Amino acid sequence: MEHILTPKVEEVQLLDRYTAKKPAIGTLYLTATHLIFVETSCNTRKETWIIHHHIATVEKLPLTGTGYPLNISCKNFHVVHFVIPSERYCQDVYHSLLRLSQPAKLEDLFAFLYNPKQDEDDRRNGWGFIDSAMDFKRMGLPNEFWELTDLNKNYELCSTYHSELGIPKTARKDTVLGSAKFRSRGRLPTLSYYHKESNGAICRCSQPLSGISARCLEDEEMLQAISRANPNSTFMYVVDTRPKLNAMANRAAGKGYENADNYSNIRFQFVGIENIHVMRNSLQKLLEVCAMKSPTMSDYLTGLENSGWLRHIKAVMDAGVFLAKAVADEKASVLVHCSDGWDRTAQVCSLASILLDNFYRTIKGLMVLIEKEWISMGHKFTQRCGHVDGDPKEVSPVFTQFLECVWNLMEQYPCGFEYNEKYLLEIHNHVYSCQFGNFIGNCQREREEMRLKEKTFSVWPFLWENRQQYINPLYKCSLGREVLRPSTLPLNFKFWCGMYNHFDKGMQPKQSILDHLLTIIQKRVEGEKKMTDFQRKLAVMDGVLADECTLKSRPPEQTLMPPVSVAHTSKNMQIKEETIIQLAPTAGSKQI
Amino acid sequence: MEFSEHIKTANVEDVVLRRPFYQPTKGTLCVTGHHLIFSNRGGDSARPFLLLLRNIDAIEKRPSVSSGTITLKCKDLCVLQLDIPGMEECLNIASSIESLSSLETVSEMYPFFYRPPFLSLQDQWGLSSTEQHYAQMKEIHDGWRVSQVNRDYSVSPSYPPAVIVPHSIDDETLVKAARFRQGGRFPVLCYYHRETGTVIMRSSQPLSGANRKRCREDELLLQAVIDGSELGYIIDTRSSQQAQQARMTGGGFESKSCYRGWKRLHRQLEKGKVLQESLIKLVEACGDQSHSIAMLMMTVWFLCSISCYHVISVVMDGHSVLVHGSEGTDTSLLVSSLAQLILDPDSRTLAGFLGLLEREWVQAGHPFQQRCAHSAYSHVRLRHEAPVFVLLLDCVWQLARQFPLAMGFSEPLLLRLAKEVYASDYGTFLCNSDQERCVTGVKERTHCLFQSLLRANERQHYSNPLYERTELAIWPSIQPPSLQLWKGLFLQWTDDALHLVEAQKVIQNLVSQCHRPLNEKVENTDG
Repeated sequence: MEHILTPKVEEVQLLDRYTAKKPAIGTLYLTATHLIFVETSCNTRKETWIIHHHIATVEKLPLTGTGYPLNISCKNFHVVHFVIPSERYCQDVYHSLLRLSQPAKLEDLFAFLYNPKQDEDDRRNGWGFIDSAMDFKRMGLPNEFWELTDLNKNYELCSTYHSELGIPKTARKDTVLGSAKFRSRGRLPTLSYYHKESNGAICRCSQPLSGISARCLEDEEMLQAISRANPNSTFMYVVDTRPKLNAMANRAAGKGYENADNYSNIRFQFVGIENIHVMRNSLQKLLEVCAMKSPTMSDYLTGLENSGWLRHIKAVMDAGVFLAKAVADEKASVLVHCSDGWDRTAQVCSLASILLDNFYRTIKGLMVLIEKEWISMGHKFTQRCGHVDGDPKEVSPVFTQFLECVWNLMEQYPCGFEYNEKYLLEIHNHVYSCQFGNFIGNCQREREEMRLKEKTFSVWPFLWENRQQYINPLYKCSLGREVLRPSTLPLNFKFWCGMYNHFDKGMQPKQSILDHLLTIIQKRVEGEKKMTDFQRKLAVMDGVLADECTLKSRPPEQTLMPPVSVAHTSKNMQIKEETIIQLAPTAGSKQI
Repeated sequence: MEFSEHIKTANVEDVVLRRPFYQPTKGTLCVTGHHLIFSNRGGDSARPFLLLLRNIDAIEKRPSVSSGTITLKCKDLCVLQLDIPGMEECLNIASSIESLSSLETVSEMYPFFYRPPFLSLQDQWGLSSTEQHYAQMKEIHDGWRVSQVNRDYSVSPSYPPAVIVPHSIDDETLVKAARFRQGGRFPVLCYYHRETGTVIMRSSQPLSGANRKRCREDELLLQAVIDGSELGYIIDTRSSQQAQQARMTGGGFESKSCYRGWKRLHRQLEKGKVLQESLIKLVEACGDQSHSIAMLMMTVWFLCSISCYHVISVVMDGHSVLVHGSEGTDTSLLVSSLAQLILDPDSRTLAGFLGLLEREWVQAGHPFQQRCAHSAYSHVRLRHEAPVFVLLLDCVWQLARQFPLAMGFSEPLLLRLAKEVYASDYGTFLCNSDQERCVTGVKERTHCLFQSLLRANERQHYSNPLYERTELAIWPSIQPPSLQLWKGLFLQWTDDALHLVEAQKVIQNLVSQCHRPLNEKVENTDG
């Protein structure tokens, strides 16, 4: 590629971030997709792979006694410090990485190059693996209250929404159209989650264009229709996830929030989640704390507190819990919005769904949820993740915060989730890696225009294939449809060491309960299989069993992990190997 | 029985009990010499609720005209509430609880009355003696011996009758060295590291005083530990300023010129009042709904626990170590037992850990009665209270969190110990020293907690299902993010803890399912 000026630099030092250990010496390679450091100073060939798109910042520091330092921080919070022997090489690597990490065009992202040796059928099937529209069927739609409409099939109603929208059955077409006109960017109220047990629904939209005094009858009718679709409640909540001050400021710009006098039977509520800029700055402060070299306890804690990060996570969680309680306990419907309804609204709606519905606490369920609430409802992944060179003010860790909320729930409910922490981390890696097409583009329409489904692969089948690694062995599906009611006391929000210090192995627990359990379960499953095989052979020898065919029709024996214990038969074992190699950067460093 | 003097009202009907995890229930409250007994007349829960009065740390009463409310704050951090009909009854019950829970005569305490069917007073009290411990360590027999110099507790009132000392040092020298150490606590062996042949010893401060007195015998004793070529470290758990100040009151430190081959390091660990207040603050903060985890962890408690590990990281890098603070009954024990847990795989088994606690805390003379008279809720003026042992348990928990497979015992054991050390059916944590335990008859007339914990059915509950023995030393990370709040203890009465307990059960089941013999299942399906 034209951006790679120097593909290989020798005698590069990789500094250890925390200890005063001697730096590793090795060779730095730049490929079209990865930066690779191969250690030559030790006998084992240790490699560190970093995918270019993971690189958030590259920084040249002034010359030191040993060479030219180059600091790289990644979007998955991997931080590496290289020292390069010559200034020219350092310069070359620096410039190459700047270009490679944030290409100018979406078409230059890794996903468009990535070819896991699958054929077109696999590609197509892969994209069909998760269908968010199917989730409405699972919730029982269409039913007597809700239906799916194709009014947005050409993205004319709302360019950033999906083409299929859930709306109340009683909402007339002109109500829908009118309401869309009264909402910022046409993001009209639409169904996010329908809770069968209570008839309560969670709907989402953007802020109304109410300004100081404007009103819109169709929008008022639309909210009425949503309220009517729930016979169990005489009112509905309208939740504005912004701080009140921010919402009021928007009124001056012709936007704002619902005037409760104009809408009948609504209960209006602010929940005070800060905007993307506050979140970006807060994360920056948090990362500065993480970067401190052997901080004292009080420096570390003061930094953590002052970053405000955990307060923001709590604010998102509080809002999610508010929604879940409204739906489950008060049997009320809720309409949620922020400004444009694609950041805070996505966080809050998806979190409430997890609290309300056990399905989203399964491996596949989380895929569906992300596909439904984030990808298809127009969370602007391209901009928020900074995939391509663009406005840095649009970048914000909104999705990361959502995952962190889920992690906090997992910490409170160790038996409540089918997936484990690794799953969240792997999803997070892929949101930024651009290896798959799912998280490219800002909305569904853009993705269709880019013909992503023809040019890239979907991440979900890939994750599904490897799901054994993501299982939480403590998961009790018996918890069933129990609604989670987590405690949101501030002291329950912990620093997520596994995410922000993931690459600082010294800080992680030295032994992992999860890995240990997964190993012994794996051994057990293998042992049982051997045992059964052996007994079958004996039975055949004794003449008790006649042939193999009858055996196959026997129901499979119950094993320790009912939902996914049977190894997923794959005709693409090669792909797996291939992708493991491609994925090496997510493992930090690997040995060959 | 004299207890009856304190009991003005023995029974009250229609009392409502509110406690964590349970709906409020109405029943009969009964005060006995050692317990509050609450029985639910409804009869659906057949077993009455029993609360050891000794467990009550603070009592708050709010009497009104026709009834009253008593809030009981327990040493195990549980908070209960009793709604009692009748103002007089309420006041009577409260005053009975107040006086009975603060009785200080050891021989009147409940362990002297507790007679469970599964234990016999004829059994040996305790798990092991110094002699038995010594007999097991064949590798030290050449260099070390058991000395009975303290058999009548005259040399050191707080030491056990037998201690392990260098072979070359005779009892006479020990007696003289003891005079040079506070409370007669001369340096004794606590751990011998097989691989390197180095040792951990502990003592109290030397009484060098303002005149920089010397003691030839004390110097000999330490010299005997290391032969000239090696270097030993003296870890003083006070700051050097504190150690200097101690000289004014007759204490002091080992001067460099007198102890050849020994290097002194000062690593301050908080103790006494500071530690007690830090526990009070932390418990208060845990109950404060507005505190973030960072604010919570800024309490001194966490500084204390992280500094323990800082000390230990200094302790062992292939050198022999003598650790002491001033009295040698608190932080010295903390350091020596944590170091052993890190280094010695034998001390990480369930029996090994209890043995370690018995040797390093019970026999070594940690003044449990003084330190654990009150816990975090008490309003009485602090005297000698300090949760050093709870701090040890917290440090052990932090270690086990980082090495979840390395410990043979489980979190429930640590929680049980944290509770028993304040209020117990057993005599193990009574008194301040071995001598006191002999005088008051603890060893004859009470049962030993450690023995009870090792009974087959208890053992199961307190074992770590994930345990896989490792011979390696387990060095924990001491970076601030590696330290966590021990929710199991400090938040054990919240719903949050319930989920953690549930998870532990699931782990247990899962592991036992995985370790079940393979053919068992097949037989079942055939049958």
